[in-house]
Amino acid sequence: MGTLIEEIFSRKVGNTVHTGEILLLDVDYIMSHDNTTPLAIKAFREIGKPIHDKSRIVIHLDHAYPAPNVLAAENHRKIIDFVKEQELPYLFQQGVCHQVMIEEGFVTPGSILIGADSHSNTYGAMGAFGTGLGSTEIGVAWVTGKCWFKVPETIRVELHGQTQQGVYAKDVMIHIAGLLGMDGGTYRSVEFGGDYIDQLPMHERIIFPNMSTEIGAKCGLIAADDVTINYLENETLAKGKGPFEQIRPVNPHYERVLEIDVSTLAPQIACHPDVDNVRPLGQVEGLEVQEVYIGTCTNARYEDLEIVANLLKGKRVNPYTRVIVTPASARIYKKALQNGLIEILMDAGCTVTGTGCGACIGRHGGILAPGERALTTMNRNFIGRMGSPLSEIYLASPATAAVTALTGRITDPRKSLETIS
Amino acid sequence: MGKAWTFGENMNTDEIIPGRYNITIDPIELAKNVFCEVKPEYAKNFKPGDVIVGGQNFGCGSSREHAPIAIKGSQAKCVIAPSFARIFFRNAINIGLPILECPEAVADIAEGDDIEVNLSSGEIFNRTNGHQYQARPLPDFVLKIAEAGGIVNFLKEHDIQELLA
Repeated sequence: MGTLIEEIFSRKVGNTVHTGEILLLDVDYIMSHDNTTPLAIKAFREIGKPIHDKSRIVIHLDHAYPAPNVLAAENHRKIIDFVKEQELPYLFQQGVCHQVMIEEGFVTPGSILIGADSHSNTYGAMGAFGTGLGSTEIGVAWVTGKCWFKVPETIRVELHGQTQQGVYAKDVMIHIAGLLGMDGGTYRSVEFGGDYIDQLPMHERIIFPNMSTEIGAKCGLIAADDVTINYLENETLAKGKGPFEQIRPVNPHYERVLEIDVSTLAPQIACHPDVDNVRPLGQVEGLEVQEVYIGTCTNARYEDLEIVANLLKGKRVNPYTRVIVTPASARIYKKALQNGLIEILMDAGCTVTGTGCGACIGRHGGILAPGERALTTMNRNFIGRMGSPLSEIYLASPATAAVTALTGRITDPRKSLETIS
Repeated sequence: MGKAWTFGENMNTDEIIPGRYNITIDPIELAKNVFCEVKPEYAKNFKPGDVIVGGQNFGCGSSREHAPIAIKGSQAKCVIAPSFARIFFRNAINIGLPILECPEAVADIAEGDDIEVNLSSGEIFNRTNGHQYQARPLPDFVLKIAEAGGIVNFLKEHDIQELLA
């Protein structure tokens, strides 16, 4: 009996747990990447004890990859040497960590995943508990296989209706971030449900747990259902790992319930400099941008690239705007290549880069100059995140990004979509 | 005692230490650029024992441990805020950077005030205006980690199970 997080934790420990309890949980997978693994290795060495279970450790090189400078290359070298030394089975160098975690089948309903990356909340889209931690705790979990958690209070976000054409999960989530604010979900589990979520395909569902991080949440959860199971069986290497249990909230007590009708929502923009500085697109329409960036763990899946390609097909992007597309994984890149999306994007004047996180954290592959403004499909727009502290980041959906790329000004995708359909 | 350096609400980890400086894990190196975009004078002028006074949701954003390490590298005595973002809270405790939750202190302390902190009792004394504040107590298991000087030191001496024992 309880909220989804209480149900998931109760299954894990084998008895009923309640909000407020402190638990020491067995962790199914421990994720880290090139930005956070070196400090985990340092903690591991200092603790001086052996790894508890190598098959639970998953390491990705994606944050500054391929290495943009010598220090990053040395960093990768250290990590790869460590993986070899410890004979760790999972090292990935072909995509944004969270996307690869899902594709490789590490994320299954009811599982417990910790990641040295704040967007590890993403795994909640599969009905798993995923949360971000610092590197030292990752090193601790390598040794102990465990991690402490307080069972959090839950905010239920109940979403009703169907969005208009041109309005996507990203717009809905940006709207929620505006309503709840940057600390509106701090220490909380944020449960997303309702008839809007029920009918939503997985690539759209993922946005909600992924960006629950932006409102401070410990985790963002969507209960596993047939959509989840079909996705796991058909789109990921979790195939055959089942049967998967569809864990659901049972007579839950919520701290707060937020009811939202999505049917009247216009495309939304999170404006510089905070993710909760949210406006309907109309209020910032026409604002000039110098870069459009389509990428990251939030919005660079195959379906996102398809939306962008459909809007750019046979057209040319604004000649004075940098338009960069970074597929979230090699699998996505390959599928987009096979189906002709990459050709469309290139013909339209986009720069299609190898996969990774570099631009989103201001490392490489899309850095902004002072005074520049970017419209991106990312999840956060902190000052200086993409480069100069004097640059600005606006967050939006892939469709808004695509039409903005054509004009070089923030543009409403709804008219273009009507023309296409 | 130390000088208070005040910061605003929702101070995120990119503002504490921007991503481009996360190429090192050395505390002293990181401290050279800590708060460089919001208060560049801090990295130039901090003295050991100074006190960081932040706004609510301090340390939000990325999971990067470089943020509390950079602050620890500047030899700050502690961070006082009304509330901390959850990953920053865990990270700070884990690496042995003392943090205190105390809205009353944050509301009253001005930049440059002379602050005395008793970490074990949570008492904060403002020598500039004579006011005293009491920080919220930390949970027992968190105190165990803090008293060991961080989770790594705790695990050298104890089993993880002892955390909740």
